[in-house]
Amino acid sequence: MPNLSVKIKDLILKNPVMTASGTFGYGEEFADFFDISDLGGIIVKGTTGSKREGNAYPRMVETPSGMLNAVGLQNKGVDAFISDIYPRIKDIDTHIIVNVSGSTIDEYVMVASKLNELDAIPAIELNISCPNVKEGGMAFGTSCPSAIAVCEAVRKAYHKTLIVKLSPNVTNITEMALAVESAGADAVSLINTLLGMAVDAEKRKPVLSTITGGLSGPAIKPVALRMVWQVAKAVKIPVIGLGGIMTATDAIEFMLAGATAVQIGTANFIDPAVCAKIIKGMEDYLIRHKIDDVNELIGVI
Amino acid sequence: MLVLENKILSDKYFLLSIQPPIAMPAIAAGQFAQLEINDSKNTFLRRPISIHDVDYKNNIVKLLVQVVGEGTKKLSTIKAGETLNLVYPLGNTFSLPKHDKDNVLLVGGGCGIAPLLYLARTLSEKGIKVTTLVGGATQCDILEAAEYRKYGELLITTMDASVGEKGLVTQHSIFKAEKFNYSKIYTCGPEPMMKALATIAREKEIDCEVSLENMMACGVGACLCCVVDTIDGNKCTCIEGPVFDYKEIKGW
Repeated sequence: MPNLSVKIKDLILKNPVMTASGTFGYGEEFADFFDISDLGGIIVKGTTGSKREGNAYPRMVETPSGMLNAVGLQNKGVDAFISDIYPRIKDIDTHIIVNVSGSTIDEYVMVASKLNELDAIPAIELNISCPNVKEGGMAFGTSCPSAIAVCEAVRKAYHKTLIVKLSPNVTNITEMALAVESAGADAVSLINTLLGMAVDAEKRKPVLSTITGGLSGPAIKPVALRMVWQVAKAVKIPVIGLGGIMTATDAIEFMLAGATAVQIGTANFIDPAVCAKIIKGMEDYLIRHKIDDVNELIGVI
Repeated sequence: MLVLENKILSDKYFLLSIQPPIAMPAIAAGQFAQLEINDSKNTFLRRPISIHDVDYKNNIVKLLVQVVGEGTKKLSTIKAGETLNLVYPLGNTFSLPKHDKDNVLLVGGGCGIAPLLYLARTLSEKGIKVTTLVGGATQCDILEAAEYRKYGELLITTMDASVGEKGLVTQHSIFKAEKFNYSKIYTCGPEPMMKALATIAREKEIDCEVSLENMMACGVGACLCCVVDTIDGNKCTCIEGPVFDYKEIKGW
């Protein structure tokens, strides 16, 4: 059996396949479909300092080979996560990573410090790239000084593995990656959704209540691959690749482009057991190509 | 899962009979299935479709579907012998009326009648008296009338008076005060129709459950795309619905 295990700083993943924040709930929602402890990691829904209702319906529309969403970080807040959700998921036998978001640096720091105290949360993913909130979110991830400011502040308060999720809605993503690396990030994950829009010609109105939303799905895969390749060439920290991965082959492509691990997002909506198939498919690929260790694939391009 | 039959009812509606390879799980009235659309290059997500009827003896689940867009148009072309990928049963269910002797009214608008057949059967098997009211633009929009008649009286309205009373369902003579003796309304159909029925339920001080048809992505409560604004904040139509007490929904 080839080795599928990879390392994100001190975090050893049993395989490179994680689930992307906002597409897999808290994991429990998918427990009927496959053994979720087979995953390399579960990145749970974006968590903020206090409860957020998110944006008004409609907040999702299907687009060619993808979808736009404008959920807007609906979640019950970090305290409710710790008291209600954490006890239910803490014993799942894989890494539970919390995606952290906020409107201010203080809010990011507050959420990160509270999560720092949870034994079963070995890492956080700092979301400086959500395109669907009015304050914070992507605003932090589209300029280097603000990205550095939020990462440095969180780094001081958070002592475990710090992943920073990057926005593709920038002119030069390698500058952003280098900025957060210099500010203490242990890894970067990319890409978050691409800002997009859908119009209903018959009604002569935008489809989403927020007018714009984040595009995900196979439509964005070539952009994501390009950005992963560029960033992996530029930084020394591990890169986690995501954006339109639907199959094991897609996942392998991201690793060849430089990703140490991958995240599966929108594909979970089409096939709730897709992650199990991707893990199996990656193993089959390694056997077929007579490769002993998945790490041999990372960044060969 | 094997498609046993695709009965084309008109250019707008079709009825799928599907046989899972293993025994069906328990399904309750009001639940739905997420269907993958085969070989459809311009659609991407699954389509949430109400469960119309369940035949445990022969292990068959039935779906009554309206052609709305590209996904359902493509689905309408499926033939007996082909297979479909379903995730089911999803969502909550209609609740039973408070008393066995209750007299309930089921109201469907067009294809919104789909989840009400299994409900009518479930209720009538429990000895509850069921009346079904269905409305459509014309005779062609009144679907599977004989099936609904098996479980109680079927009342019809059409906009062109081609069958039943003329007008909207809410204009049916049954709602005239002296005649109306129902203790609960169950409804599924266009939102303005369900809202109008909620108003009637409020005036008459009776229960009313509505089945919403919000657009969905995951269907399992993970993506939070299909939310409805309720008095307790945003709720997922897929797991906390599709059936809601109208009093829960803000603005109804």
